[in-house]
Amino acid sequence: MKITAEEIDGIAVLARLRLTAEEKSQLVRQLDNILEYMDKLNQLDTAQVEPFSHRVDTMPALREDAVTNHPDPEALLANAPDRDGTFFKVPKIIE
Amino acid sequence: MNLAALTLHVAGEKLRAGEITSTELTEAVFQRIAASDEQIHAYLTLDREGALDQARRADARLRAKDGDAPLLGIPMALKDNFLTQGLRTTAASKILGDFIPTFDATTVQKIRAAGAVIVGKTNLDEFAMGSSAENSAFFPTRNPWNLERIPGGSSGGSAAAVAADQAIAALGTDTGGSIRQPAACCGIVGLKPTYGRVSRYGIIAFASSMDQVGPMAKDVRDAALVLEAIAGQDPADSTSVKRSVPRYSAELSREVKGLRVGIPKEYFVSGLQAEVEQAVRRAIRELENSGALIEEISLPHTGYAVAVYYIVATAEASSNLARYDGMRYGGRASARDLTETYRVTRDEGFGAEVKRRIMLGTYALSAGYYDAYYLKAQRVRTLIKRDFDEAFKHCDVIVTPTTATTAFKIGEKIQDPLQMYLSDIYTISINLAGLPALSLPCGFDSGGMPIGMQLIGKHFDETTILRVGHHYEQATEWHKKKPPAIKN
Repeated sequence: MKITAEEIDGIAVLARLRLTAEEKSQLVRQLDNILEYMDKLNQLDTAQVEPFSHRVDTMPALREDAVTNHPDPEALLANAPDRDGTFFKVPKIIE
Repeated sequence: MNLAALTLHVAGEKLRAGEITSTELTEAVFQRIAASDEQIHAYLTLDREGALDQARRADARLRAKDGDAPLLGIPMALKDNFLTQGLRTTAASKILGDFIPTFDATTVQKIRAAGAVIVGKTNLDEFAMGSSAENSAFFPTRNPWNLERIPGGSSGGSAAAVAADQAIAALGTDTGGSIRQPAACCGIVGLKPTYGRVSRYGIIAFASSMDQVGPMAKDVRDAALVLEAIAGQDPADSTSVKRSVPRYSAELSREVKGLRVGIPKEYFVSGLQAEVEQAVRRAIRELENSGALIEEISLPHTGYAVAVYYIVATAEASSNLARYDGMRYGGRASARDLTETYRVTRDEGFGAEVKRRIMLGTYALSAGYYDAYYLKAQRVRTLIKRDFDEAFKHCDVIVTPTTATTAFKIGEKIQDPLQMYLSDIYTISINLAGLPALSLPCGFDSGGMPIGMQLIGKHFDETTILRVGHHYEQATEWHKKKPPAIKN
């Protein structure tokens, strides 16, 4: 086994996902299958190979750090699941 | 005359000549949608009122001869992962079910400024994760050529809409083949431009080192015209590149004589449907008859691409999708504390494939596994890129099938994620290397399903693949075939 049910639990906490028992048992099987397939990468010796990165020489220069306030705060707030006037209302963070 | 069946360039000529109006054209497209979308389910959201308003304004500009942009007055569809100001945008996810964007993606701004009419938002696999459009949280889209088959994914709605004349052209996004594979499945043209060629600002991010926006169209000229309209550097996307945008459509007619065409032997192996291979080989002979020089080449690390892709893409996705926390937009579940609120919100909001990819990506990035999976994959990605660098030293374009098989049946692979991942085998290397690639129709199998051929170009050389594709189209009729009539 490449991955255990306990590992799945730990990853789910890191990923901020709650999984049902059924989802969990399915994921153990599916991720195990996928990770086993990924093992084929170990056939290659990559000790001397740099990790990939996009060429940056054609990227643009930095821009001015100018303030660009959103013209319509109401439209932004309209998507909020909970709000109080012009504020986003969120669950209590500190007990 | 069925106006909805026109190509973008022919419709544009008629609009500018005053033979038709954008309002007539837009009405024809909506009639076509009314007649066929109950079967196909290409659209998630339609904006008839907005579209007709844009059409009237386009007609005013056309009458005043204000601008001759090729997109002026043309009804277009957008995949529902492009932000559209004031128009619901879901990424086919429950977590964004009621989301109304406050701005347009840069590419949407560009096509609006060019006078395009936005018909609506098309279905996709949730957050563009999938190869069949079955992972939509709303409903699967069906292939206009055979309603029992998938339209491909993730831009399955855009592909089906264009194939069924429910839009004159569309935009899609392609992270591992999501423009090209559905284009092949639905018998249309799809172009994934070079990484950096088109702005991604306002696109709902999936895997940021590979996501790219591109046209889905009825022929190669249309794809070239749409690319001209959307390409170019954008200050709001630091990965977009400052390079002048060629007039792709003006370069289409140059001949292909003497052009060096590479055929990678690793793409013609077991698993490739015999009829797909025959069709692509026939297309290669067609190019040879036109004077192109055909050469077998090798891309030795092709067999590792799926493994690399599903590590890199899921790692980036797990990071990009961390923003869906239910605080500023989207639904929010109630739970005993903040962490549980996040977990329940995300559990209820994301579908099975999205959760699977977040889990896989989080695993690949987690302490103890980062080197073994993520870093290893990025090293092998360098080898895949080098294969292409080497190949392009002695060829100008690479020709392959777009997919190993024609469109499979709805439900056939949905229970087996690895089999679904392997259906991207011919398209993902291109995203890993950041190259441009075009898919265009090159035949049909015995069941009447379209076959796609893929043309891969050098970095920023969309011009050559469009030219080769256009040349092939001139000699063939595949792109003119229409799906069997969909009953009213």
